[in-house]
Amino acid sequence: MAEKKRYKDLTFFQKIYIPEIAKGLALTLKTMFQPKFTMEYPEVKFVPPSSYRGRPVLVQDANSEERCVACGLCSRVCPALAIEVQAAETEREKERYPVKFEINMLRCIFCGFCEEVCPEEAIVMSKDYELTFSNREDAIYGKDKLLVPVSELQDRIDFLRKFK
Amino acid sequence: MEIWQLVVVTLVKIILIVNIILLTVSYLVYFERKISAWVQNRLGPNRVGPAGIFQPFADVFKLFLKEDIVPKAAIKSIHTLAPILALFVAFSTYAVIPFGPEVTLFGLQIPLVVADVNMGILIVLALTSIGVYALTFSGWSSGSKYSLLGGVRSSAQMISYEISMGFSIAGVLLFAESLRPIEIVNSQSGLMWNAFIQPIGFITFLVSAFAETNRLPFDLPEAEPELVGGYHTEYSSMKFAAFFLAEYANMIISSGLIVTLYLGGWHIPYIEYLGLPEGWVALLQVAAFFIKVGALLFFFIWVRWSIPRFRYDQLMNLGWKVMFPLALINLVWAAVLVMILN
Repeated sequence: MAEKKRYKDLTFFQKIYIPEIAKGLALTLKTMFQPKFTMEYPEVKFVPPSSYRGRPVLVQDANSEERCVACGLCSRVCPALAIEVQAAETEREKERYPVKFEINMLRCIFCGFCEEVCPEEAIVMSKDYELTFSNREDAIYGKDKLLVPVSELQDRIDFLRKFK
Repeated sequence: MEIWQLVVVTLVKIILIVNIILLTVSYLVYFERKISAWVQNRLGPNRVGPAGIFQPFADVFKLFLKEDIVPKAAIKSIHTLAPILALFVAFSTYAVIPFGPEVTLFGLQIPLVVADVNMGILIVLALTSIGVYALTFSGWSSGSKYSLLGGVRSSAQMISYEISMGFSIAGVLLFAESLRPIEIVNSQSGLMWNAFIQPIGFITFLVSAFAETNRLPFDLPEAEPELVGGYHTEYSSMKFAAFFLAEYANMIISSGLIVTLYLGGWHIPYIEYLGLPEGWVALLQVAAFFIKVGALLFFFIWVRWSIPRFRYDQLMNLGWKVMFPLALINLVWAAVLVMILN
């Protein structure tokens, strides 16, 4: 049987292994002194880019009112049925507001549909990824935890205006 | 030296050696993790104590708390015997490896070796052969296919590589004209290191040492992707720790053996021209031995994180068709050199 021709035949020096092994060892030795990629988490925190979908929050305007008009679209579109909204009327300009707005963070899948469907830019995904709770009751976030001032969410809103 | 002095001195040396081995093993695991991290641009363990230096103790503490499980299909007595055997071999081999010259302490002539035996190298070879039984027993008695395959592989691999190992040593013995480790070291004074005189033998011995200690690129007995954990799949708690300890202790022994046989033992070339007092020279030489062993241990870890695992047929081809003839060539080369030099 004829010798099988390879796509690339090895030279003599590659066949005796040792020069190639030395090359590999030199590479790993070089890598040892390169800067490390590890981020030491609790001390150094990861700041995500504006495209990041963290915990969904309600936008609180500068006059400390929520933008939400309690239309219920987010609750309707939510594939995990995590959002519950109860509407009520007010004397303010927008006439409707949510008396109760709850997101069950055990159900939320961070898909961002609520943010996409919202006509008022009232619910957006924040950069917050540190979500811990020790019992199921704490996992249901009410309005007290959901309302975040608009100044903290500006780059996500800019991102949405540019790409949505 | 009277008999009670001999007993006391030997006991002190044994305690010293065992403690050094245990401490080195724990920090070897630490450095293994650190170096693997550095090779992969990571930081490695850095939480327990400053820079993670207490990590090995945390690991051992965790292993103590684990449940000791013996599988139902296992043969219990042999399953228990295997880790004991592995540890026994790992610790007893070190008795014949000298780590320094003869020193005078409190008016006593003390050779820095636990047992100055005139056939020390044979003892090392015999004990490492017993080490095969530990792996084979553990693989066979576990009642698990993964373990059995690991055990069979390890016995085949160690028997194949012991041959080239023995023939490489034969070249060294021709030069030293003795089986006594201290005389082998003394025959390499100056720059007459066997690594320079017979480089082929050095390489074959080094490669065989990698295979004997089951380190990558020859860690087929415990190849994780194919055999889960190989021969120690069915072990837990301190029995697993015993295998772990034995593996790393074996690494230290092979490094010590390579230093003794090929890298001039405790000798520092041309130290006699510096005109230092005798005590300082002895101290420097002991330090030199441990530095050489440390460098070799670094090399072991460094190779592990650089070279991928061999396939089983490649391993056997390398052992029988490359390493064995090379060791024979080295033996001829050493014999010719001895003939010319005398």
